[in-house]
Amino acid sequence: MVASRSTRRSHHIDWTAYLYILPAFVILGLFHIFPVFYAIDISLNTGPINKFKFVGLQNYLRALATPDFWTALSNTFSFALMTIVSAIGLGLLFAYLLYQGVRGQSFYRTVYFLPYVLSTVGSSIVWAWVFDPSSGLANLALKTVGVPPLRWLIEPMGVFQLIGRQFNISVPVWMHGPSLALVAIAIFTVWQTVGYNIVIFMAGLTNIPGEIYEAARLDGADSFQLFRFMTFPLLSPTLFFVLVISVIGSFQSFNQIYSMNVAAAQTLGGPLGTTYTMTVYMFDQLYTYSNYGYASAIAVLLSGLILILTLVNFRLVGSRTEAIE
Amino acid sequence: MTVAFRRDRLIHILKRLLLHLVLLIGAFFALFPFIWMVLTSLKSYIEASAAQSLLPTNWLFSNYLQAWNQVGLFPRYFENTIFMAVTTTLGVLITSSLAGYAFACMRFPGREALFIILLSTMMVPFEVTLIPNFILMRDLHWIDRYEALIIPWTASAFSIFLLRQFFKAIPSELFDAAVLDGCTHFQFLWNIVLPLSKPALIASALFTFLGSWNSLMWPLLVTNNPVMRPLQVGITSFITDAGTEVQYLLAAVTISIIPVILIYFFLQRWFIEGVARVGIRG
Repeated sequence: MVASRSTRRSHHIDWTAYLYILPAFVILGLFHIFPVFYAIDISLNTGPINKFKFVGLQNYLRALATPDFWTALSNTFSFALMTIVSAIGLGLLFAYLLYQGVRGQSFYRTVYFLPYVLSTVGSSIVWAWVFDPSSGLANLALKTVGVPPLRWLIEPMGVFQLIGRQFNISVPVWMHGPSLALVAIAIFTVWQTVGYNIVIFMAGLTNIPGEIYEAARLDGADSFQLFRFMTFPLLSPTLFFVLVISVIGSFQSFNQIYSMNVAAAQTLGGPLGTTYTMTVYMFDQLYTYSNYGYASAIAVLLSGLILILTLVNFRLVGSRTEAIE
Repeated sequence: MTVAFRRDRLIHILKRLLLHLVLLIGAFFALFPFIWMVLTSLKSYIEASAAQSLLPTNWLFSNYLQAWNQVGLFPRYFENTIFMAVTTTLGVLITSSLAGYAFACMRFPGREALFIILLSTMMVPFEVTLIPNFILMRDLHWIDRYEALIIPWTASAFSIFLLRQFFKAIPSELFDAAVLDGCTHFQFLWNIVLPLSKPALIASALFTFLGSWNSLMWPLLVTNNPVMRPLQVGITSFITDAGTEVQYLLAAVTISIIPVILIYFFLQRWFIEGVARVGIRG
């Protein structure tokens, strides 16, 4: 009876459905789908808006031949690596700790999530002040443990270079690492996003049925084994979701870098271009130089990169975990 | 036996203490920038720039008045932001409820394909659509108008997805019963589905509101006239205006953050449930 009713329903087509999706698709089509193709079109042109001149792939070739582009790409990768690894690691740690059924669980969760909801502009002004070389809290904290003050957001030197200098070791150029300025922005970004990861991981953990644990514990598994062989594999769909979201988010990061640059009185991407990421590079080309075609080419390249990384994620990680959808 | 039991208990208590210690350190890191921000915003110029003591010697609440007056356009920034965030949120709720309902409860040719197109727009980086949209705004003469700040953001694939997942969980028997009672799709959506979906609606409203309140790059591009600028853009321009007077800057930031903190503390359950709901599948 139930089956026959549902098959009957499946033959029935609701033509009004198109009316229901129309408003959303008009807006999305006009401002989110069509612009993708338009962007590709613009990227094949040069010149001011009303006098575009078709130049084929020249903008792309120019990007690939520009050292700034490669600097931006490498900064983007450093930034992504730093933020993704730390935010996922810390998120997992704190979610797991909270999951142990501590008193005040929801208090902690509320506090951890707070930075995520606040505006990047506001928080970055505060953090720029935390990193202020002369009167910031970061240097005050270093002073109490006997480390000489650092220049943080205005320090173009690589972190490994700085550490090496501390011990009088000269570090080869390719090993200088991301600038301290970029690391400082990454620290701020992790602070801002880790609460989101904690909440998602906790949701994932709570979804794991408790009986499984009891069974494993009866079989004599210790808490490390429980985590390694029970929690971790069962949490992997959640982990995968967070990874995909984090990769997309970190490659698109702009607000943190822009507002930290402004708040530390640096030029866009400063100091010495060491916080120039792909998005900052694109914005600079658009906003400062009005190079619409070139900026679009960078945007298209960035999107392509994100797309490839997401597909790689799905192939490498996604196939090993249960698929998300 | 009792000794072993006692030792176990001791280890258990120590473990708990350690656990709380780590959690408290985490909470400290999450909160200290704000505490410090508020404290510094109440200091004098000399104290604020020296960072000698944590607490201000004189609590200068007048800094807030000073900041409010210095920014000048503060009330206007607030108005712009509130108007922008509220209308964007309403728009998203309307378009997403309708579309989410169609994808969850209606049958029509191309449903799967359209849904995939919808999901794929979530992957498109904001940056790639930025330039074309900026040109589009120019051509429409929407620069320095609310239309540019609001209309492109009144639909959200994320919200449609969120609501669709929620709507799908509503038992189809309810629908069958409603059809027997002569209920149309719209009546069913309005009278039954939406009231049942309050958590998802609130979560999606909160995220849209917040996204709009905190947006920066887009308003920066499409507004030139200071009178049209929302709060975030206004604050960034105040960074240079405030110069070294950091106590005024931090007072201004505190003012701009207070509404969001209030909303968060009253509605935090919905925020967190919303995130959790999207994170774990459907």
